[in-house]
Amino acid sequence: MNVIKKMQKIVNQPDEYAKQWKAETGGKVVGTVCSYAPVEIIQAGGALPFRVFGNGGNVFSFADTHLQSYCCSLVRGILNQALAGDLDFLDGAVFTHTCDSMQRLSDIWRMNAGLGFHEDLVLPVKMEGNTAREYMIRILEALKTSLEGHLDVAITDERLGHAITTMNQVRTAILQLDQARITSPSTVSSGDLHMAIRAAMIMDPAQWLDMMADTLSGLTNTAGDNGPSPGKRVILSGAVNGSRGIHDFIEEKGGAVVHDDMCTGIRYAHGLVDESMPPIPAITDRYMHRVNCPSKHTGIYARGEHLVETARATHADGVIFLLLKFCDPHAFDYPYLKTMLDDASVPSILLEVEDPFVFGGQAATRVEAFLEML
Amino acid sequence: MEKLGEIMMNYYMEAKAPPEERGNRKIAWITSGGPVEPLIAMDMIPIYPENHAAMVGASKMGGDLCAKAEEIGYAGDLCSYARSDIGCSIVNGGPINGLPAPDILVCCNNICGTVMKWYEVQARYYDVPLFIFDTPICHTRFSADAKQYVINQFMEYIALLESVCGKKMDMDTIQEVGYRAIEAQKLWQAILDTTTYKPSPMSAFDAFFHMALIVTLRGKQIVVDYYKNLLAEMEQKVANGIGAIKNEQYRLLWDNIPIWYRMRWLSKKFASRNACLVADTYTSAWAGSMRYVNPDDLLDSLAEAYTRIYLNIGVDQMAEEVIGMIQKYDVDGFVMHSNRSCKPYSFGQYDIEAIVKKKTGLPTLIIEADMVDERNFAESQIDNRIDTFIEMIESTK
Ligand code: SF4
Ligand code: SF4
Repeated sequence: MNVIKKMQKIVNQPDEYAKQWKAETGGKVVGTVCSYAPVEIIQAGGALPFRVFGNGGNVFSFADTHLQSYCCSLVRGILNQALAGDLDFLDGAVFTHTCDSMQRLSDIWRMNAGLGFHEDLVLPVKMEGNTAREYMIRILEALKTSLEGHLDVAITDERLGHAITTMNQVRTAILQLDQARITSPSTVSSGDLHMAIRAAMIMDPAQWLDMMADTLSGLTNTAGDNGPSPGKRVILSGAVNGSRGIHDFIEEKGGAVVHDDMCTGIRYAHGLVDESMPPIPAITDRYMHRVNCPSKHTGIYARGEHLVETARATHADGVIFLLLKFCDPHAFDYPYLKTMLDDASVPSILLEVEDPFVFGGQAATRVEAFLEML
Repeated sequence: MEKLGEIMMNYYMEAKAPPEERGNRKIAWITSGGPVEPLIAMDMIPIYPENHAAMVGASKMGGDLCAKAEEIGYAGDLCSYARSDIGCSIVNGGPINGLPAPDILVCCNNICGTVMKWYEVQARYYDVPLFIFDTPICHTRFSADAKQYVINQFMEYIALLESVCGKKMDMDTIQEVGYRAIEAQKLWQAILDTTTYKPSPMSAFDAFFHMALIVTLRGKQIVVDYYKNLLAEMEQKVANGIGAIKNEQYRLLWDNIPIWYRMRWLSKKFASRNACLVADTYTSAWAGSMRYVNPDDLLDSLAEAYTRIYLNIGVDQMAEEVIGMIQKYDVDGFVMHSNRSCKPYSFGQYDIEAIVKKKTGLPTLIIEADMVDERNFAESQIDNRIDTFIEMIESTK
């Protein structure tokens, strides 16, 4: 699929894409580090929200003078790129409060990277209740005002509305592709979908929609035509996954990744912003209602219930947890998620991974054995 | 003067007694930086799993209990206060055979995000309400929005306690408790400040011991009484020129949580090199944000004080605080515990070290270990590094 090849190239060399976008549009590029960054507000300011991943490989020579080895490789990788000069095209960054490691990354970046403006969006940890909602609306308003200064543009409701509509289209497209795979996994390969989602986190959304247009219209024609899944159906659950290796491997072995609960996957697209509401409260409500990341709180069983429910709804045969080494929020949730899956008779395995996730060796052997066992 | 060990033992014994023997008082587990005043005002018994975990560590029982949590799927690199507490709940282990089960969990994230995940685990285990007191980190500032958010939560917190206890909060009582807590914090700071004298009448190792009360029982009269006596004792030592160690030649500042299972070893090691840890960034956290408290506007100002504590500010501000302490206590070197358990305390230390070196030129030492899990301690390596560090101070002094 030609489009996916292009997206793969963008994902592999995101800096090239961002520089070209800047050259073509004269716009500003704003780094983000997490799916809680309100991209609509950045886009409404005419800028490109650019999700920074830990693309740095497993050598962190620049980050090592600032962060201990017991920090997750995503955070070390992000800092390494910032300090190595790989992100010099950024005009600024918006850090969203999630976990302890990200919290300190924000400080260290602010103190050392020198990459334009720096905004901390200290989100509530509770994604529920009126008190947290009101606070979140106020800080998003404040962020909007700051960004107006940094980007030198008035972020009007109209501009916000436009950005919201476009992002809703991106999310709808991703969810459609996801749904197509749930119904009929051979419609589009999960590795391709993974690439498309990661590209969406980097690209101008209008450009992304444009590129995907044919794929999406093809989808409406072929959806459901390809029959049920040929093999074992699995769900991936975890934080970030920086490679498509595991997707392709599972497909090679006759299985299918039918869905996921990953920051770099469907969680990014989950939930739409209500276009009939005032923009900032509407953006807030999307975060309040979408499936949460473990660094946020929406009840003590919310994630487990969501996972079990998703496994049922997608007729998954098993779940593969991808746990990033040293990732506290996910590591704290894993035991109860596993227990809830066990109770619902959904088998699971845990793979300890690094970012980027070089899939192979022992992990491949274990996944293969798991697929056979299902 | 009642001994600290006795006070703590009575406190835990009362909490562990059957409900009818403790006047049916409810038990609330609360994080170390959490607002305890409302609990005391409601006559509940606050229990601090972190203080208990420190006791577990000091009793060298941390490794075993952490391993219990690991057996049921918790990763070995999670905070060892959390791991040992989770392990302890399952087997009722540790020096006092486990903590009394909570009626409510109060989690304030001004120290870290870890506590929220840890308390979620315990909320599922004990099946009790969990209140999350969310104090937005002040990377560069404390915003008015954050302040309003925290104040609103204070009201929600009190309402929840009222429903758990089935009675109204008495606003006069909470004021009184608040005043006593302030008095205790002032006394605690005064005690820590006696170490500005040379020789220092106490060391950080003593502070690590005496801090138990400011953590667990602040707001109670017994704490005020205990610290008054302790302050008098320290002032007497100052007057008599008695130091915490025999021959104080070098004064050091300690950063991060103590290595609980190696307190004696470390204190002997430093003393053998005539070095006294005169101050630390940990025990002062319970008095550090006192400057924000206004007795005439107690609840609102407590919201600020609880949000702006040492761990809930940016790394550059932490470095400023450290430099302030270096000057105040007139130290010759800076020892940092890079604590595998505590990411918010440890990430950023390299930057703080660099800033300290640049601005003060002081020798620094980083020891990598874990506060409770004794399986992570490389004795001979640390021993050597301390020697080298002291030699460096000797050569620069
Ligand atoms: S949530 Fe986990 S993976 Fe993400 S930055 Fe934090 S520790 Fe790293
Ligand atoms: S030791 Fe650190 S990570 Fe653990 S509970 Fe305390 S502040 Fe949080």
